[in-house]
Amino acid sequence: MPKTMWVLIEIEDGKAARSSLEVLGKAAQLGRAEAIVLGSAAAEVASTLGEYGAEKVYVHADATYDNYLTLPAVDTISMLLKQHQPALLMLATTYDLRDIAARLNVRNNMGLITDATDLTFDGDTLQVTVPWGGENVVTATLPQQGTGIVLTRPKAFGVEQFSGRTAEIETLNPSLDAESQKIKILDRVELPSEGPALEDASVIVSGGRGLGKAENFHLVEELAAALGGAAGATRAIVDAGWLPYSYQVGQTGKTVKPTLYVACGISGAIQHLAGMKGSKYIVAINKDEHAPIFSVADFGVVGDALTILPRLTQEVKRRKAH
Amino acid sequence: MKIHVCVKQIPDPNTVVSKLDPNTKRLVRSGVSLVLDPGDESTISAAIKLRDTIGNSEVVAVSMGPTSAQEAMRRALAMGVDRAILVTDPALAGSDALGTARVLAAILQNEAPDLVFCSTESTDGYTGMVPGGIAEFLNLPQLTFAREINVEGAKAIIKRVTLTGYQTVECPLPTVVTIASGSFEAIYPTMKGIMGAKKKPFTQLTLADLGIDPSQVGEAGARERVAAIGKAEARAAGQVIKDDGNSAQAIADFLQRYQLL
Repeated sequence: MPKTMWVLIEIEDGKAARSSLEVLGKAAQLGRAEAIVLGSAAAEVASTLGEYGAEKVYVHADATYDNYLTLPAVDTISMLLKQHQPALLMLATTYDLRDIAARLNVRNNMGLITDATDLTFDGDTLQVTVPWGGENVVTATLPQQGTGIVLTRPKAFGVEQFSGRTAEIETLNPSLDAESQKIKILDRVELPSEGPALEDASVIVSGGRGLGKAENFHLVEELAAALGGAAGATRAIVDAGWLPYSYQVGQTGKTVKPTLYVACGISGAIQHLAGMKGSKYIVAINKDEHAPIFSVADFGVVGDALTILPRLTQEVKRRKAH
Repeated sequence: MKIHVCVKQIPDPNTVVSKLDPNTKRLVRSGVSLVLDPGDESTISAAIKLRDTIGNSEVVAVSMGPTSAQEAMRRALAMGVDRAILVTDPALAGSDALGTARVLAAILQNEAPDLVFCSTESTDGYTGMVPGGIAEFLNLPQLTFAREINVEGAKAIIKRVTLTGYQTVECPLPTVVTIASGSFEAIYPTMKGIMGAKKKPFTQLTLADLGIDPSQVGEAGARERVAAIGKAEARAAGQVIKDDGNSAQAIADFLQRYQLL
């Protein structure tokens, strides 16, 4: 009998988030995929999910989920888990879904694996692939009894088309607990960013501790601008307060897969490598020839990023002008 | 106001290449340099800043870990934390997010804080699943990915990082708050802070003190199992050159060869 996988679909601008559709496609490859959609646009979104792999969609169209974070969704999914026993609940690693998963895990004593890049069933045993550091891949399992949670790494899977498939829609009608309407969104602010967003950029130039100080980061930004790309940063320099969190490669939702990734003064900590190793071409500049970043670089230069970057920016501009 | 900060000692992410022990399938922690998670230093600093703004408040560091974690707690105290609580027990080895949240929540239950601060995720495991788990055990709301925190009366209001900007989110106290890394500049311990740390209250507890059954934590309580550790598919080794003053040209040549310019 095929296993049933649930996928919680995140709504973005009235549509299913791409990251959720990627997970839905993977679920449909594993067995029977069922989606859960919660929010004021849930009904419209639900009707589109068949062609992305869903055979059934649980829908609760209610704005409470848009206005109050985490708890209403945890209540509704917990209620569904009392009625059904899917093998897995799968979620994309995003800000909101991560918060929901953390609470579901405890409330329903589920067991949870994060950062998965692949899932398979070996008979009844789930095998989840989790990259670990630069060198290892861990195969993790969850108990066969009960429903487990797997959070998958962004961009681990492509969006799959299941043309002609229509999903059965089950409309939910839970009474939402007023006690759970506590985490209230007061307003949403979009911050304009220059150049392409990190996660969409085809070229990313990133800086790390090897730049010495925050004032030198402009060298990274200038090369990024010359290459028509985005500037990124390591957790170390974000932690040190040089740059805001939004620059960090490897943070929640910020796995990047550009065509070109230029790592400047970055040694290659595990979390950073995990966030950028899928790049097509990697160029690294670092003073320490033993830095782990060189193990993933297609082209590496052992040298000081501070002296090489301005020359490289100039050279890129010169060649682009010809 | 009581602000409790959950912290963790980890292998120094700036010097240690983390390894998995093929036998225990756990992170190798012996023979490596251990530090207070740098993300937690930022989180502690956020708590101290808030304490000093509100006044008449205390910051308490809370952790579970082996005896070596005392060092990390002393650093937290030296940074300006008022007191520290560490749970150490052999049965805790191999705990998953559920087990870790269970233990930290048990400490916090007894302490009845107004605010519980955590980093959004640790720098070694980075699952980010413990703070929400703690909130669920304590039946408290959670404000996550905060880059700014304000307390107004009986409410906490944060600016919450999103992919494209931020949200302003509020909830009633008490609550769990997670701090986005890099949002608060870390305080460096002063000599006075380091000396003063030795006199601050430091409570060490075992599982029995918390009334937790050892079968609910550690490897015994963990739902997840590591079945195998394999080698990652290695990228083909690239070319590495030493900078001789012409490496900018060499990089540009590489970019042009693969039509990246």
